[in-house]
Amino acid sequence: MKFKIEYYAQLRDEAGCSAETVESIASCPAELFSELNATHCFSLTQNQLQVAINDSFSSWTSQLNDDDLVVFMPPMAGG
Amino acid sequence: MFAIIETPADLVKLRVDLNDRAAGGYVTFEGWVRDHNEGQQVLRLEYEAYPALANREGSRIVAEAMAKFDIINAACVHRTGLLEIGELAVWVGVTAVHRDTAFAACRYIIDEIKVRVPIWKKEYYVSGDSGWVDCEACASKK
Repeated sequence: MKFKIEYYAQLRDEAGCSAETVESIASCPAELFSELNATHCFSLTQNQLQVAINDSFSSWTSQLNDDDLVVFMPPMAGG
Repeated sequence: MFAIIETPADLVKLRVDLNDRAAGGYVTFEGWVRDHNEGQQVLRLEYEAYPALANREGSRIVAEAMAKFDIINAACVHRTGLLEIGELAVWVGVTAVHRDTAFAACRYIIDEIKVRVPIWKKEYYVSGDSGWVDCEACASKK
């Protein structure tokens, strides 16, 4: 399947890009993050992040579908 | 109403938009960029948002406040981009018949915004360093 990934804040700095499209056999965000982490060596671990699929908060075990937009989010720091 | 904004907030317009003849109280909270954090002298801040989800979650929080508290109206805006010391980063306004619920709803909104809305803050320090707030603290705990 093909996924669009968007990166923000520290993850964007570490990935070196704000978005990328990846081909993956990952069935859930946890598997996808693990694959991407192997490439980008993020300094944040999965349990420090939240994930969104198609602009909605999601769980790490949600089913991914072709063409999903997946965003891994560092801890919020607004205000 | 919740909005991510890229230019300074129009405080007069925000106030006028909440004006209501039934309101007996109007409570606001302004979050400003301060010149220090955790022992470091801060030069400026950069806020970044995941706009689609930030707008959705921010709107949800304002709607929750409307449902939870006996208030007339509520609104919140949050800046993104580079902000200098003293600039307004976040604004919350609440109107109500009486002040108690307006204060409580305003507090609820800013507290929830800080932990639930996907917005991130990078601090630029006098020392020349910079860093994403919280993220680096998390990384050190891993």
